[in-house]
Amino acid sequence: MDRQIYLDNAATTKVSETVLEAMLPYFSEYYGNPSSIYRLGAKSKEAVTKSREILAETLGAKENEIYFTGGGSEADNWAIKAAAEAYASKGKHIITSKIEHHAVLHTCQYLEKKGYEVTYLDVDERGIVKLEELKKAIRPDTILISIMFANNEIGTIQPIPQIGRIAREHGILFHTDAVQAYGQIPIQVDDCCIDMLSASGHKLYGPKGVGFLYIRKGVKIRSFVHGGAQERKRRAGTENVPGIVGLGAAAQEAAATMEERAKRETALRDYLIERMQKEIPYTRLNGDASLRLPNNANFSFQFIEGESLLIMLDMEGICGSSGSACTSGSLDPSHVLLAIGLPHEIAHGSLRLTLGKDTTREELDYTVEKTKQIVERLRSMSPLYEDFVKKSGQNRE
Amino acid sequence: MYSEKVMDHFQNPRNVGEIENASGVGTVGNAKCGDIMRIYLDIDETGVIRDVKFKTFGCGAAVATSSMATELVKGKTVQEAMEVTNKAVMEALDGLPPVKVHCSLLAEEAIHAALWDYAQKNGIQIEGLSKPKSDIHEGEEDEEEEY
Repeated sequence: MDRQIYLDNAATTKVSETVLEAMLPYFSEYYGNPSSIYRLGAKSKEAVTKSREILAETLGAKENEIYFTGGGSEADNWAIKAAAEAYASKGKHIITSKIEHHAVLHTCQYLEKKGYEVTYLDVDERGIVKLEELKKAIRPDTILISIMFANNEIGTIQPIPQIGRIAREHGILFHTDAVQAYGQIPIQVDDCCIDMLSASGHKLYGPKGVGFLYIRKGVKIRSFVHGGAQERKRRAGTENVPGIVGLGAAAQEAAATMEERAKRETALRDYLIERMQKEIPYTRLNGDASLRLPNNANFSFQFIEGESLLIMLDMEGICGSSGSACTSGSLDPSHVLLAIGLPHEIAHGSLRLTLGKDTTREELDYTVEKTKQIVERLRSMSPLYEDFVKKSGQNRE
Repeated sequence: MYSEKVMDHFQNPRNVGEIENASGVGTVGNAKCGDIMRIYLDIDETGVIRDVKFKTFGCGAAVATSSMATELVKGKTVQEAMEVTNKAVMEALDGLPPVKVHCSLLAEEAIHAALWDYAQKNGIQIEGLSKPKSDIHEGEEDEEEEY
């Protein structure tokens, strides 16, 4: 392949060299089972413990509140299903939002089939949960509020400290899916009254297939996987030691570089947004202009369809996405873009570009130039654009 | 996910454009589903399709099926064009992923809609052709149709 510009860091990231180096010895050198008694096993156990300590520290949590999982989706599933089960005697009502990741939404839908009631909160046109609506949705039988820290498609950052406080005041458990936010923006579980938090390794230059669930001490969450003493008996199975080591190394690196990365990426992001909006007519930015993740830009180009745009960008070596990567296999437009009020045809024409630590301004210049050409080309083929041009011609006459 | 032929027709679509004073124009699909196809036909007095153009809003498969459908009907008689089915379009493209099969149906419908428009304008009947079901302007005001 010739040139490759990777602007899909919200889908996944490249494993950083530091992370890879940290992981490598744990495949064939220190391969012992952490549960084994001999020194080889102890070496693995030590590495797992060290990762747990790092993760706890990044969140202002305790080391025994971190539970390793097979990724963000598993952590979301676990948090919601287990909380629903554990607190069923108190009630069967859950509050979440319409713009959650499918790992949360589909889990809630599954629980609805099991007799739980779920309120899906609306968001405003920027994609932010309305606190008044949240307060109104709370009932005596509400047992869980699950609101994402930042949205994966449009990057909007939710008012998590306020939501956490509302949950705490009402004695309701609060879970947040922080898969996109963790490692990008500062998160302190105590300041935000977070009881459970999901995160994933591969969004922060760590490996895929590993994540964690933070569970505040005292929260009655039962075992998710039975069969062993790992993860305080709550998630059995021999630990993914290299993955856990990689996750720890990635989190450490992310915490150390967060401020500087965020500053750099925010500047680049704003540059990209400004050029796209200025140079391509009928383009809108989805999400909030400033309350968004430093690396996220999401556009809708009127009169064109997203998949065509993605394939043509790929031909030019540019990797982007339309909605979330998980959505692109289906035909429906993104539920997030519909929730912020976009009409279907505009939601179909969306493009998410998510920058990374290695993204350069020059890469963004190239991307803007290519996007400009492709959008123009697709519009010249679009009957919607044809109708629009004819209509505005008529209006002028 | 797409065959080489689909990619070729997507990247180098044949017969993109409009025909002024076309013999028949058909638009099918709707923006809600993310696919709209419009086909323009230029049909001579002997009933042969002399020229055909298309415009499509949609995914790669939608563009490719439109392009292939226009190739398949060009130079054909109206009756022959009726035999260009979605299956024929799909086969000519070396297949489509299952989720994209509806695009080929849309291409067939777009041809039929354009032929229907031609038949209406000329007060003729085409064997096997009935009024197209998909109309993107359904429910919208249509200024031209004042009765």
